[in-house]
Order: sequence, then structure tokens, then C-alpha cells
Amino acid sequence: MASAQGTSPLNQPAQQVSDDARGYYTPGEPIVDPVAPTGPIDQRWTQRIFDNRLVNPANRRKLDIIIVGTGLAGGAAAATLGEAGYNVKSFCYQDSPRRAHSIAAQGGINAAKNYKEDGDSTFRLFYDTVKGGDYRSRESNVYRLAEVSANIIDQCVAQGVPFAREYGGLLDNRSFGGVQVSRTFYARGQTGQQLLLGAYQAMERQVAAGTVTQYTRHEMLEVIVADGKARGIVARDLVTGEIETHLADVVVLANGGYGNVFFLSTNAMGSNVTAAWRAHRKGAYMANPCYTQIHPTCIPVSGAHQSKLTLMSESLRNDGRIWVPKKAEDCDKDPRDIPEEDRDYYLERIYPAFGNLVPRDIASRQAKNMCDEGRGVGPAVTEVGPDGTEQQVRRGVYLDFADAISRMGRKAVETKYGNLFDMYARITGEDPYETPMRIYPAVHYVMGGLWVDYHLQSTIPGLFVTGEANFSDHGANRLGASALMQGLADGYFVLPNTIREYLADGPFEKIDESHPAVVEARTDVEQRIQKFLSINGTRSADSFHKQLGNIMWEYCGMERSEEGLRKAIDMIRDLKKEFWTDLRVLGTNESINQSLERAGRVADFIELGELMCIDALNRRESCGGHFRAESQTEDGEALRHDDEFAYVAAWEWTGEDGLPVLHKEDLIYTAIEMKQRSYK
Amino acid sequence: MATPTLVKGARATRSTVALKIVMAVSGLVFIGYVLAHMYGNLKAFAGHDAYNDYAHHLREFGEPMLPYEGFLWVMRLVLVIALVAHVGAAVALWRRAAKARTVKYQVKKNQSSSLSSRTMRWGGLALLLFIVWHLLHFTVGKVNPSGGATNDPYNLMVESFDLWWMTVIYLLAMLALGFHLHHGTFSAIQTLGFTNTASSRARAKQAGWVLAVVVAGGFSLVPLSVLVGIIEK
Amino acid sequence: MRLTLNIWRQRDAASAGSMQKYELDGVSEDMSFLEMLDVLNEQLNEQGEEPVAFDSDCREGICGNCGLMINGQAHGPEVTTTCQLHMRSFKDGDDITIEPWRSDVFPVLRDLIVDRSAFDRIIQAGGYISANTGSAPDAHAAPVEKKKADRAFDVATCIACGACVAACPNGSASLFMGAKITHLGELPQGQPERYDRVVNMVGQHDAEGFGGCTNIGECTAACPKEIPLDVISQLNKDLRTALKQGR
Ligand SMILES: Cc1cc2nc3c(=O)[nH]c(=O)nc-3n(C[C@H](O)[C@H](O)[C@H](O)COP(=O)(O)OP(=O)(O)OC[C@H]3O[C@@H](n4cnc5c(N)ncnc54)[C@H](O)[C@@H]3O)c2cc1C
Ligand code: HEM
Ligand code: HEM
Ligand code: SF4
Ligand code: F3S
Ligand code: FES
Repeated sequence: MASAQGTSPLNQPAQQVSDDARGYYTPGEPIVDPVAPTGPIDQRWTQRIFDNRLVNPANRRKLDIIIVGTGLAGGAAAATLGEAGYNVKSFCYQDSPRRAHSIAAQGGINAAKNYKEDGDSTFRLFYDTVKGGDYRSRESNVYRLAEVSANIIDQCVAQGVPFAREYGGLLDNRSFGGVQVSRTFYARGQTGQQLLLGAYQAMERQVAAGTVTQYTRHEMLEVIVADGKARGIVARDLVTGEIETHLADVVVLANGGYGNVFFLSTNAMGSNVTAAWRAHRKGAYMANPCYTQIHPTCIPVSGAHQSKLTLMSESLRNDGRIWVPKKAEDCDKDPRDIPEEDRDYYLERIYPAFGNLVPRDIASRQAKNMCDEGRGVGPAVTEVGPDGTEQQVRRGVYLDFADAISRMGRKAVETKYGNLFDMYARITGEDPYETPMRIYPAVHYVMGGLWVDYHLQSTIPGLFVTGEANFSDHGANRLGASALMQGLADGYFVLPNTIREYLADGPFEKIDESHPAVVEARTDVEQRIQKFLSINGTRSADSFHKQLGNIMWEYCGMERSEEGLRKAIDMIRDLKKEFWTDLRVLGTNESINQSLERAGRVADFIELGELMCIDALNRRESCGGHFRAESQTEDGEALRHDDEFAYVAAWEWTGEDGLPVLHKEDLIYTAIEMKQRSYK
Repeated sequence: MATPTLVKGARATRSTVALKIVMAVSGLVFIGYVLAHMYGNLKAFAGHDAYNDYAHHLREFGEPMLPYEGFLWVMRLVLVIALVAHVGAAVALWRRAAKARTVKYQVKKNQSSSLSSRTMRWGGLALLLFIVWHLLHFTVGKVNPSGGATNDPYNLMVESFDLWWMTVIYLLAMLALGFHLHHGTFSAIQTLGFTNTASSRARAKQAGWVLAVVVAGGFSLVPLSVLVGIIEK
Repeated sequence: MRLTLNIWRQRDAASAGSMQKYELDGVSEDMSFLEMLDVLNEQLNEQGEEPVAFDSDCREGICGNCGLMINGQAHGPEVTTTCQLHMRSFKDGDDITIEPWRSDVFPVLRDLIVDRSAFDRIIQAGGYISANTGSAPDAHAAPVEKKKADRAFDVATCIACGACVAACPNGSASLFMGAKITHLGELPQGQPERYDRVVNMVGQHDAEGFGGCTNIGECTAACPKEIPLDVISQLNKDLRTALKQGR
């Protein structure tokens, strides 16, 4: 059936009438993906693999590829391109490629293997992903993702990734994130770790073979764009402080997501936007920066010292019941003393059909609503508002397993969730078998990222972007277990097949250190570092980061409003000024200097934060992870406006003082018809 | 000390693990020897003649295929080779370990290791000294500290252990041996790769206890019995 | 609570270091150990003193970046990573000594940060299965006995933190190495390279300058992932087989 699909458009280009962000941006030319494929949707990728030119094996050795990032996307690409015989240089800021943040992913990875014979197929995975993304992703990309998903599993098994197996010795699958088929492959709660180690080991094998050179504890601080093409990077050796230039024929960014713009998130401490943002400033468009995914089941903040938030697997919602007290005065009581009739199982009440299993964004928003109403539970923590005012709020809702324990028995609960319960107990010091867990939403993933075409190439020729760093496949919301799939799809199968079309024109004319573009990029980096070290103000980079996080969370978090976003933009602009005049970075450039590293990252986050707010302000609709207060149904549900916003917002940088330019890429579907979602 | 390059042509024979295997095999030879030797010593309880007969029998063992004392010399050869290998490997590993951490911790706690495992090297050194002394005493030098004759093994032994300080030296040596065997037995089994499960590891540890107690205890019985007068000339 | 911290400070690999004493007040028991150090650093920055450098990234016990010797115990008094250690394991008024991993193979780069790149090289020497992208058969082509699959997974959870090396009196990396050898050796895909793998990995381990294992067992007690001593036995067994095969 699928092959007939994909030949004629099913929707009209969007016509935006609202203009909330007027004054904050300049409208630009619409953007079209220059390499978008056409034809039946299920043949597009196969055809493209064939159409893209090949690179003669003898020539590959002469082609230098820089890959920034060693997560699933970057690590897999380095291994594969190394195997193919290219000359790869791989960069990461950690001390080993194996520590990239992909290692923290817990739940699993989707693949349309249909091993369960439960009606799954490439088309169904494609369909679920587009729908899950609230029809804000490109269908060709998503179809391709679903198509290569099965190969990923084969590849990983061949590398020795120890996926969960059944007694017969075959791979086990589970259903994840409310999907009705079991297509998620997993390795207990450590899927990301095992997948990353597979990619890492494959990459280390290439290091031994001499095709990949790895630069650890190196942070990319600038891309070099010479004669219109990305030709290298400037990186700082984080141990010696040396500023190095690395030149190549092509540059790949796989630097992960920027959820840390909120300061508190489930991302690793070092996750940052610097690589992508520097590229953005050099001409790469940033697409849909405001699309953020907030995960409902994280361990709540316990005080002002909090440095990051810990995710608890979504699977807990399968058996736990979420509630808060009906009366605010019950909030500091022992939950076990609150009688049944005084408890508000609010998800079950509001969404009787889906109950505790509503999608992530809904569960998150409702938890926030309950706490804002004053019915949150757990210790009251001091919240410093973005404007500096302090208030005491309880940020938590109960996730109660009492019913599950009496229904299934403590043993069964233990086998199913034991490790999560242990982790919870270690972090909070409370026993979740005895008292209900407390959870609260936290920033988890960003769907936005650098704009790329079907070949994963950004608007800078020769600059490719893969993994969470690009915007391409998840639309306005990502399904559980799909980020790992995308990272590996990009790294193992997509990029290696698209980059050759670009490299077939190479090797490009050699440039050297004296090329003006190289000198300029290098000088910029050096001056910036000197600036950080010489401001000599009073505040640490961390304190600015926290303040930025407060602003973002308050106004650009789970619910965004026109008024709030305007306020946030003003506050961020003030913060930026203060940052550049009151920052204090001690020490020197010439040794490990973690304050200096952070300062650079925070500076970029501040600029990104402003753009995110502008993007959110412009998009006067609610879709996926983006909820605009002005766009909801009568009963408070997200309301999309396909007629106005079925487009990708790609932003162009125009300088420190210029307004960003908005380029729109229309989303035209040929294989799936758009529908409003409903979970009532 | 880190080598930023990859080694080429690594050989199993040149690895630290091979050294350990040498140590384990020679250690097992020692274990076999001490068990047999202990059995021989316990003949002391059967009296003067039985004991001396046994010593004599050892020398005739294997005749006429082997010359007089032939078996003994084969055994001595095996023991010497084992000793050289065992001590050589021990020294090599010791030096390696010393170089692997030249800056010591200000505070270091031991969490699960046994005292015996941490004292293997000093214990081994003590055993080496003991063996030298022991050979001087009974085999090579035949010293009789109480001044009596040395050509009658039974009498030499009984007269020696009538001296309290001789008994103390031997008992201390047996303590060292017990410690060495407690960890050594487990360690050898682990080194040879037979402890791939928690239960086999537990059994290997038990074997260590049993051997330590049986061997150290068994050897100690004779000097103790002499001292308290159960065994006499 | 109020704490006295004794922390190793060292400018860079070439400089000599020393222990420094810091008083820290207002520590809450809900803080993680590293958040406690964050608070100290914020305080130092205010006083115009350079903050203490230490590694951490995920702060959820999975990336293996963090790792400190706390009062003589690798990762501190609980069986977990330093980032998952919480201040409720300490008491008001405690003296805490914080040192970097000590191993000549892991030189100190600054304060509490060490260079663990030797681990990468051990993996480069053979800690992989050679399977070029695109060459894989269907994932169901080779079923794996559940018991073996489970064991492979159990030991594959090693996070390469280096605590085993730090805790081992011999400075041996056998537990780390054994974990990878056992993981790959349990799977059918890992068989073709099995015996070369062990020889090459051990060869690299020795060349790096790690000590030999004498089965002391401090490593497994310090391991936040509870990798059992079995893996060292397995490593020995595989090497013994390789010896027999004359590799
Ligand atoms: C707690 C948690 C659980 C998750 N669980 C799941 C799940 O179950 N299923 C799922 O599908 N997804 C999950 N995700 C999402 C998924 O893990 C990530 O989206 C994905 O791993 C991102 O991979 P990546 O390769 O794009 O980037 P990352 O793995 O983040 O790698 C980024 C790399 O870039 C490098 N880098 C960054 N900046 C620079 C710079 N300036 N210079 C040099 N190097 C740089 C870093 O060193 C690193 O190597 C989870 C995410 C989190 C936070
Ligand atoms: C002669 C002087 C000796 C020295 C210097 C010596 C030293 C050592 C050392 C340093 C070890 C390694 C420690 C370890 O593996 O944990 C060791 C192991 C061992 N020793 Fe000895 N030892 C000596 C004598 C003996 C004797 C007399 C026996 C037996 C009766 C013995 C049996 C063992 C055994 C079984 C091991 C374990 C091997 C292994 O770890 O694989 N040793 N010895
Ligand atoms: C209480 C303990 C012991 C007693 C009473 C004892 C007694 C003796 C005696 C009497 C002899 C001489 C036998 C002969 O020449 O026929 C002897 C020889 C020897 N003993 Fe012991 N022994 C004891 C413990 C040990 C231990 C613990 C070891 C080894 C670790 C050991 C190693 C030897 C060796 C190597 C010889 C020489 C054998 C030869 O080559 O002739 N002994 N011992
Ligand atoms: S074996 Fe354990 S202690 Fe050693 S590196 Fe791995 S996880 Fe850390
Ligand atoms: S502590 Fe060291 S000696 Fe071996 S058993 Fe562990 S590596
Ligand atoms: S910081 Fe990642 S394991 Fe501790």
C-alpha cells in the first residue's frame, strides 16, 4: 500500500496570519530543501543511495573528515567512515569517547523488526513517529529513519551489544511510551550505554587501524568557513589550553542536545550548544529551537544546590498511580495518613481513557499545574524567580505503588522496578516501597537543532549535522526510544551514504593555517578567551547559568505565553550584558580551567535562550513539546494551527546587534494526512 | 609511564598472566610437596624406627630403576626449579606493582581483601628464609643445636624441638605457611581460571582454609608434641 | 552540617601537589558529594581562589567520568559512583580526605583529575568485535543462550571509571579488562577473535605499566557496578587457552 503513497501533496502550504514576534525578527526568504527526494515514499532512500556518487577507495585516504562528538551519532559515523577508508579526526570534550552523553539513555531503541508479529512495519513506525511529532517533521526523513531502523539492530548485535533476550535465545522486545506494538529493543535500563559502547569499540578498532585519530578533552570553539565551505575547526586542548586548528575536507557536527540551556535538565553537566551555536553564528540556520521535551518522571529538586536532575524510567507510569492531596493543607502530611477520599488522582480524573499513561507533555504540564495550585508535595524549596524574588514551593507529585504492591505483590514489583527503586532511595534517602515516590517533570531532550537538508547538510556547504544536534526527524515531539534510533541511523547508515555525494567533488584545494578564514577563526577564539579571563567581575559562570535556567524554565518551559516570552527576552538581554561585565573566571588559559570552559558554554546558552524565546513567541500554536497558553482547546488541551504553522522555522544569525531572520520551510505531507491528537 | 602507542605482536608467554600461571603451577608443586612431607613427618608419632625407615625408604624409592636417592634427586630438582620459578615470578610481579603506584595514598582503607592476601610477599620472603634455615638444619648442614649426633633423623628432630626457641621458629614459620596457603590456594585456582562463578570461588576459598589449617596444623603437631613430651626419644 | 575537607591540589602534571585544608559549612544531606564540592568551588571563586578541578559529566552513575578517593575508599563508603554518593553518608563535623586515583598509568592532570586514556588503548588493542557496518547478518541469525546473554550483560555494565585500578594494591586493571573479555567471550559473535583479543589486551595492559593481579579482591569491592572477580578468572582462563594454542 505504501508504494502508492508519496506522489501527491495532501496539504496546503501554511499561511501565517498571527505575528506575535514582530519586532524581534526579520522575515526572510522561504527555504526549500535542495536535495529533497520525490517519488513513492518507500523508494526515496533506496533511489538516493543509488543516485549519490561514489568515492573511489583510493581517493578516500586523501579525504579528511572532522567529526565533533562521539555519541551514538558521532561515534557510529567515525567508525563507519573509518572502515570505509576515509581519514577521520574525532573530537569530544570528555576524557574518552565512551563517555558521551548517549551513554545515559535508559529505556531502549525502536526498530521495525516486527519480531513479535504484532502488525509492526516500516510504515507503522514511520506513521507513529510523524504523529508523535505532531506533524512537524519532514516525512522523507522520518520514513528513511524507520527504514534503516532494522539494520541498526543487526549491526549492534553483530558488534556484541548484549540486548535482552528471551529463554529461547532470541531478542526480547517491549512496548514503550504508550505505543501499541512491541518494537523496543533494550538492554535492561542501560540501552544507551550498551549501544554507545558498541559504537565506541567499533571506533577504537579504527583508531588502532589508523583511520581514526581521536582527540579527547578537546572542545571545538569555532568552525572554519573558507571560500564558502566548512573546512575545519578551532579547538581548545582542555588540558594544556592550546588553541589548535584542524583542517579537513568536510566537518560533521554530532555534538548532542542543548537541554542544559535550562541549567537543570537530565542532560550531562557538560552537554552544551557551543559547537552548534558557533556554526549558527557562521551561517548555519537553527531550526525550531523552541521545541523542548519535558519528561514527567524525574526525581524532584531537593534544594538550591541541585546541579542536575535524574530521570526515572517512564515505565514506572505503567504501574504507579499519580496523585496529589485534594487540600493544600494536607501537603506536608505523611502521604500514608491521607485517606483515599482526600487524594486527587488527577490524570485518571482528567483523562479517564489514558489515565496515568497520557503522553509526556500532558503528564508534565498537569504536574506543574497541581504544584502551581499549591498542591505539590515534598519539601518546600526556595525558588528564586527570574526576577530575583524568592518563594517557597513544593515541587513534586506522588507516584504511588501501594496499589501495585498489593495487586502484584512486593516481589513482582521488585523484579520489575527494583533498580529504579534503589536509585530513588539512594538519591532521596526515602524507601519507595514504604512511602510513595515523588516525581516532577524535567527538561530532557530538544527536538530543535541546526537545520539540515535530506543529506544532513546544513546551510553551510560541507558542514553536516547528525544526531540530537540536528532538527530533522522528531518534529515537535519525540517518541520514547527514537533518539537512539536516530543517532545510530544517522551515524551508521545515512551520513556515510550522503556525505559521499559531497566528497565526490573532493579532495578540495588545500588551505593552510595562513588562510584568512583560519586566522580569523583562531583570533576570534583567542580573543574571546582573553575576554573571559579579563572581565574580573564578581559572579561565577555557574551563577549566570542558573539564572538563565530560571528564566527559561519559567517562561519558555512547559507553558509559554506571549507576555511571558516578551518578558523573558528582555531579561535575557539584560543578563547577557551583566554576564559580559560581571563574570569572574580565575586562573589561566594554559591549564585545565573548568570555569573557563563553563564561561564559554554559558555565553552561548544565553544567546540561544534568546532565540528560543523568539521562536516560541512566533509560534502561536501548541504542538508537541511546545504549549502556548494562547492556543488551547476549551478544556485546556494543546491546539495546533496547521494552516498557519505547518512549517519548519529556520533562523539565520545576523550579528550581535541584528535581528534573526526567519526562513520557513513548508511541511508538505504526501503519505500521511494531518490529524489533531486527542487523549481524552 | 603510560605508553601512548599500541603494542604490536603481543605474546601470551610474555604477559603478567603467564608469570602468574608460573607462580600458580610452582605453588601447586609446593603444595603437593608439603602435603607429602607433612605425611612423612607425622610418622614421628609411630616412633623412632618407623620414622627412620620411612626416611630410608624414600632414598630407596624407585630402585632399581632409579639409583639410590634417585627419586629424591628428581624431587629436589623439581623443587629447585619450582623455587626459582616461583621466587623469580614473585620478584618480577612485586617490582611491577611497586612501579605501578609510586605515589601512595594519604589514607587507604582495605575493604574486602584478607590479611593473608596482602602479606603474600612478606610471607613468601619469610618462607624463603625459613627454607634456607630448614635445609641447613636438617639436610645440608645437619646442625644439631643441642650438640647431639646428626646422622639419625628421628633423634635429630626430637633433640631440636626439645629446645623451646627452635619450636618457636618452626611454629612461626608454620603460621607464615598457613597464611601463604590460605590465600595461595585460592589464588592459584583463580589464576588457572577455575573460578568463573561465585560458588566455585567460594569453594576455592574454602580449599584455602582447609589446606592452611591442615598443613600448618599438621606440621605444627610434631614440634608441639615434642615440646610437651608426647614424642620423645 | 559542617565539614573539614583535605583535598589534593596540583596545578598540572608537571607540578608537585599537596593536601590543602578547607572548612565548609551549610552542607545539606540531600546534596550529592559532587554538589558539595560545587558549593566549595562557588565559595573559593568568591574568595578569589581557583576552584578545585574534578571530572564529572552524567552525574547519574553511568558515564564513568567521576571518581575520587574519599577517606581511603574509591568512590567513598557506599557501593556506587562518586556522583551518586550523597552527603547523608557523612556526619556533621566529619574530616574528609579527598585524593585523586593513584596510579602511575593515570597521571594527575590537575587537582583530582587523572588521565585514564590507557583504558581506551586497552580497548583499541582488542576490546571489540570486528563487524564492519553493513556486513551484519539478521539479528536473529545467532540465538544466544539466556544464561550467557545475562552474564555478558552483567559484566558489560563496566563504566571504565578506574576505581578498580585505584583500589588495587598492585595497581592492576585486570577487573576492567576481564569485564570486557568476559562480555565479548560469552557471545557467539565474540568467538573468532576471542584468544587473540585476550593476548593483545593483556599485552597492552602490561605495556601501559599496570601491575599484575594477585587476586587480592579490593577491585571488586570498590567497583560501583559490582563486576565480580569471576571476570579475572575468565581472563586467566582465556589467556591460558591462548598459551596452549601458542599465541
Ligand atoms: C537521561 C536520558 C535518557 C534517555 N533515554 C533515551 C532512551 O531510552 N531512548 C532514546 O531513544 N533516547 C533517549 N534519550 C535521548 C538520547 O540519549 C540522546 O538524544 C542521544 O543519545 C543523543 O546522541 P548524540 O550522539 O546526538 O549526542 P551525545 O551523545 O550527547 O554526544 C555529544 C558528543 O559531542 C561532544 N561535544 C559536544 N560539544 C562539543 C564541543 N564543543 N567540542 C567537542 N566535542 C563536543 C561530546 O563530547 C559528545 O561526545 C535519553 C536522554 C537522556 C538525557
Ligand atoms: C620460597 C619462598 C616463597 C616466596 C618468596 C613466595 C612468594 C609468593 C608470592 C609473592 C606469591 C604471589 C602472591 C599472590 O599470588 O597473591 C605466591 C603465591 C603462591 N605461593 Fe608462594 N612463595 C614462596 C613459597 C611458597 C611455598 C613453600 C608454597 C607452598 C607450600 C607456596 C605456594 C604458593 C601458592 C599456591 C601461591 C599462589 C599462586 C597464585 O597466586 O597463582 N609458596 N608466593
Ligand atoms: C614442623 C615442620 C617440619 C619438620 C619437622 C620438618 C622436618 C624435616 C626433616 C627431618 C627433614 C630431613 C629429611 C631427610 O633428610 O630425610 C626435612 C627436609 C626437608 N624439608 Fe622439612 N620439615 C618441616 C617443615 C617443612 C616445610 C614447611 C617445608 C617447605 C616449605 C619443608 C621443606 C623441606 C625440604 C625441601 C627438605 C629437604 C628434602 C630433601 O631434599 O632431602 N619442611 N624436613
Ligand atoms: S570494573 Fe568496575 S571499578 Fe573497574 S573500571 Fe569497570 S566499573 Fe570501574
Ligand atoms: S585488587 Fe588487584 S590484585 Fe587483582 S583481584 Fe583485584 S586486580
Ligand atoms: S559523573 Fe557520570 S558516573 Fe559519575
